Amino acid sequence: MPAQSPEERIKNFDEVNLGYSPEIAFEEAQRCLGCKDAPCSQSCPVHVKIPQFIAHIVERDLLAAMDSILEDNLLPAICGRVCPQENLCEMQCVLAKKRQPVAIGNLERFVADSTASLRSTREELVTKKLSGKKVALIGSGPASLACAGDLVRLGHQVTIYEALHTFGGVLIYGIPEFRLPKSIVEFEIKALQKLGVMFEKNVIIGKTITIDELMNENGFSAVFIGAGAGLPNFLGIPGEELIGIYTANELLTRVNLMKAYKQESITPLLSYEDKLVAVFGGGNTALDSARTALRMGAKKVYIIYRRTSEEMPARKEELIHAQEEGIEFIYLAAPIEFIGNKDGWLQAVRLQRMALGEPDSNGRRRPLPVSGSEFIHEIQMAVIAIGNGPNPILRNTPGLKFTKWHTVEVNQETLGTTLRGVFAGGDIVTGGATVISAMSAGRKAARSIHNYLMT
Amino acid sequence: MVNTIIEKLKIAPDIYRFEIKTPLVAKKFKAGQFVVLRPLSTSERIPLTIMCADKSKGTIILIVKAIGVSTIQLANLNVGDEIPDLLGPLGRPSEINFYGTVVIIGGGVGTAASFAVAEALKKAGNRIISIIGAKDRDFLILEEEFSRISDELFVLTDDGSYGKKGFVSEQLKELYHIGYKFDRVVAAGPLVMMQAVATITREHATPTIVSLNPIMVDGIGMCGGCRALVGEKIVFVCVDGPEFDAHQVDFESLMRRNNAYRDIESRKLHECRIDLQLKGDFRVE
Repeated sequence: MPAQSPEERIKNFDEVNLGYSPEIAFEEAQRCLGCKDAPCSQSCPVHVKIPQFIAHIVERDLLAAMDSILEDNLLPAICGRVCPQENLCEMQCVLAKKRQPVAIGNLERFVADSTASLRSTREELVTKKLSGKKVALIGSGPASLACAGDLVRLGHQVTIYEALHTFGGVLIYGIPEFRLPKSIVEFEIKALQKLGVMFEKNVIIGKTITIDELMNENGFSAVFIGAGAGLPNFLGIPGEELIGIYTANELLTRVNLMKAYKQESITPLLSYEDKLVAVFGGGNTALDSARTALRMGAKKVYIIYRRTSEEMPARKEELIHAQEEGIEFIYLAAPIEFIGNKDGWLQAVRLQRMALGEPDSNGRRRPLPVSGSEFIHEIQMAVIAIGNGPNPILRNTPGLKFTKWHTVEVNQETLGTTLRGVFAGGDIVTGGATVISAMSAGRKAARSIHNYLMT
Repeated sequence: MVNTIIEKLKIAPDIYRFEIKTPLVAKKFKAGQFVVLRPLSTSERIPLTIMCADKSKGTIILIVKAIGVSTIQLANLNVGDEIPDLLGPLGRPSEINFYGTVVIIGGGVGTAASFAVAEALKKAGNRIISIIGAKDRDFLILEEEFSRISDELFVLTDDGSYGKKGFVSEQLKELYHIGYKFDRVVAAGPLVMMQAVATITREHATPTIVSLNPIMVDGIGMCGGCRALVGEKIVFVCVDGPEFDAHQVDFESLMRRNNAYRDIESRKLHECRIDLQLKGDFRVE
């Protein structure tokens, strides 16, 4: 995938990956063997018919390729960019055993980007028979967007409620511009609006309106909860209240949602210029935070992770991008205390060396502290990116049951909650996961909601 | 959701009282809750405590001191203008029960934050003793409103230009000294004032609630920017608060965190060359 050079891109927020030229795309598409059993497609959470859409690229029929993708995936421009293909479709590609797998994600992105202008001029929805049923979707992230796309195509009247002032959930506040341009998210939202999906911002369900009121006063026959996992975890060590320590959510919200990277933005950001920055965590959010800090002028950015690169949950491509940009990785180290000056500003972090022990229940080797290995690492800024818990706002909804992990309890088959007519999916059910798994849950819930409404 | 300004009054230098039509928020509002709003679609998200709501009219009252870029932008809006983004009501409502005698303490614009709680506690049958204060006569707000709901009202100014000279915390101390007994104290205002109140009431073991006003971004529990140390645990003021047990709050770290953006904010104010332009007619109390 052609990309901006590391020297250039660390000075801007423009997208790093530049996308395929038609020549590269056609060449790459020809590598696909068109396997009948399509192991790639089977491992895709939404089962995009991958060999079919790639065959259309080979035929130079990009609109047919796009139509094929859209049958299963409503947000290909987004998924082509942020899906962990290396663990899903591309991992199952038969070519992966001997050589490089077909770059399915890059091709998906190529199809979506090169047909975007054509798509916007086409009338997508041939007037469907309307069901006359109203469905409310809580949150406007990937789970709800996918759910809305299916429900509206099935003839239901869909309203998405968003608490923030911009639609897209984590796609807007979380994933940075340089990885997922916000214009793409806006394009997809507009496409849904054209299909008839209604979007209401600045409404927080559970506070402004309750689920009970949606169903009993506002005429909704079903509700989908796609509120996501946005409650940041803390390390639980002394000094986390010091100035200069952000959660990844705060840094990313200030920069992405509030546009603090733009000169004219009014939302302030503590200065990263010429600072030493440590980011704690090993997922995509940690890498996004580190690369954001770098672009905000940091002198040096460290990613400090308890395990090694082998166990890092981040996407490999992003890891390579981060390394190219000069991010330094400190593996097998965990923070045990933040140290500040008398005015409460962060000065350093006390770290402890770790060693890998036996695999835990998830199969990842557990990090164990090495006694007597403490050392002090000088930093002026820190970002905590160790995951998020489910959003807490709906927790006191009468009749809605939660698990001990504070996720919404659902029937795994239907995604129905303990409240009749109320379904849930995405990170609010699974805890922090991926965009594509949230979309898959949104689609699954849409099928259940349709069944519920029509019986 | 459309939020329209239907009344704007200047009630003190740089302090404005807005009545905003926002029926869903007004309907749900309970004492102690706040909104997050953006006066322009380019502004910061700013949290503001709701002073009161008129459910039948579908309006809420906000008291705003124009000190930063976004609050000045808000102060520059006028009757008929729409606020593009307004979210609420946020935060946990105040605990309203019958306690007996409750002292309500308000300092500066915090006086507005404590009003709704005072009113609700009065309705719950409590005897209300209010202590409100300001820098000087001009800055004193809501005296009339407080006199309506208070069984006793003490008014103070730092310079003695109106009411009694001194701080609200000194008045509280004096009341204890002359033998007043309180079942609960509720305070809202500058952190240093709330800290002083907490120190005094701790000696007398009076349960004390403070309404915290940290820097916030989303207001819905997502960023952790508003975190505070309460009982040595990290809390999110936006979803766990804004009211907390004053005797458990680490005021020092909160004060430092609240000052963290002071330099950036004053630079932004300068860069934006934003002035408070006073438009339209409004009454000065």
